[in-house]
Amino acid sequence: MNPPDLKYSKEHEWVRSESDSVVVMGITEFAQDSLGDVVFVEIPDEGAELIQGEKMGEIESVKAVSDLYSPVSGKVIKRNESLIDNPELVNEGPFEQGWMLKMEIKDASELDNLLSADDYNSFLKSGA
Amino acid sequence: MSTSDNFDRTSLFETHQRLNARIVEFAGWEMPIQYGGILEEVNQVRSNAGLFDVSHMGRLEIEGPYAAMMLDRVLSVNVPKLRQGRARYNVICDENGGIIDDCIIYRRGAEKFLLIPNASNTPPVVKWLERWTPDDAQLTITNVTTQTAMIACQGPNSVEYLQKLTETDLSAVRPFRAIDAQVLGHDSFLARTGYTGEDGFEIILPAEAASDIWGGLMDLGAAACGLGARDVLRLEAGLLLHGNDMDTSINPYEAALDKFVDPDRDGYVAGQILRKIRDEGPSRKLAAFSMIGRGIPRHGYVISDGQNAIGEVSSGGPSPTLDMNIGMGYVPIEYSTLGSTIFIEIRGRPVEAKVTTLPFYTRRRNA
Repeated sequence: MNPPDLKYSKEHEWVRSESDSVVVMGITEFAQDSLGDVVFVEIPDEGAELIQGEKMGEIESVKAVSDLYSPVSGKVIKRNESLIDNPELVNEGPFEQGWMLKMEIKDASELDNLLSADDYNSFLKSGA
Repeated sequence: MSTSDNFDRTSLFETHQRLNARIVEFAGWEMPIQYGGILEEVNQVRSNAGLFDVSHMGRLEIEGPYAAMMLDRVLSVNVPKLRQGRARYNVICDENGGIIDDCIIYRRGAEKFLLIPNASNTPPVVKWLERWTPDDAQLTITNVTTQTAMIACQGPNSVEYLQKLTETDLSAVRPFRAIDAQVLGHDSFLARTGYTGEDGFEIILPAEAASDIWGGLMDLGAAACGLGARDVLRLEAGLLLHGNDMDTSINPYEAALDKFVDPDRDGYVAGQILRKIRDEGPSRKLAAFSMIGRGIPRHGYVISDGQNAIGEVSSGGPSPTLDMNIGMGYVPIEYSTLGSTIFIEIRGRPVEAKVTTLPFYTRRRNA
């Protein structure tokens, strides 16, 4: 269920490389399923500078509030504006229409700090 | 009922497991929080019918020649005047006027009553009832919580579904009335009460019959709903939750429950203090509000005037039915009036909200 071509963080974010310096990120199927119905997403504006592993926003379901962490360092070049009025897109397609940010990354070697799909699956099985 | 890891399980626990419910610990019980999704469950209750296992709530049978008089001393409403087959919402106040619990009292006979306290408040309520029962009083208090189950069937289609399982004419049972009936051949107590803002019944029945009746109602089209949906529904309907919206530090006048309090009865143990509070007027009051700015209010968030804290959110969340974010909390009386602007501090940022009236949601009534 976790696409093999993506990288994953232990905070349940995914990263897809679009080029050497541009990535797209969102939260995983496991994350959306754990949260339940998403009713609110707060993500940084275009131009915001983010740091890998640091808090960058919030996501709320009917009953829970969770922090979002940036899986890489870099600058936000586009954000998924549809999520503001249609946060349920995160539940409907966490890897597709529920994407959150497009970022220009600072240091491609940071991607090595993330997990492969296989490693992320093992991480989930180990009781993340 | 069985017990595991010190948590109680209702007689429907295996039914919930079969339905792939997400189970959480609540008030010492392992209860379903949701089956599919909370939003869909809320929608089912508003547009069709939902089923809730509320067997964790207390069920106390109070019987004997002294029963009406003892309850009249302890409950906030006039118990001797309550007619047989009727129910009333009430609060139980301590010697300071603080709310020990909110309950529904049913009169089942001249000397027989049923009291439904909240799950975690059942022990303190029993203790308080016993405290006001003289040793020589002709009265028994029997906790029948574990030998019975309680199912709430709520929503516009709920009565139609339940009617198919009983020969008793349910149309004759008006809101806040109750009747003994056979449901699928099981001795049941049917009360036209609930906690969702919809029409419906709460069914008390022998524990061993619970899965039978639950299954029968699901087969007719009722949707299994968990505590998550129940909390959204009761907030939309403006119904308070003890432990969130009231506790022993809050009196019923602050909680805007005036119409459920009759403090002028002789012998009412909280009468004197509640008369004093009523006559002086509370300095803070429960205010209902809807968000103007973008953000979801949550239990415990600070309410401010934009700069200084003036209170705290007691309940809050999204209202899927009204498509807005709503909440309630205690504020100084001058901020509690309709239309007042207040702010909810959400992650360090004041977000504008407007004081409104309860309930947020009122169902459309036929005829």
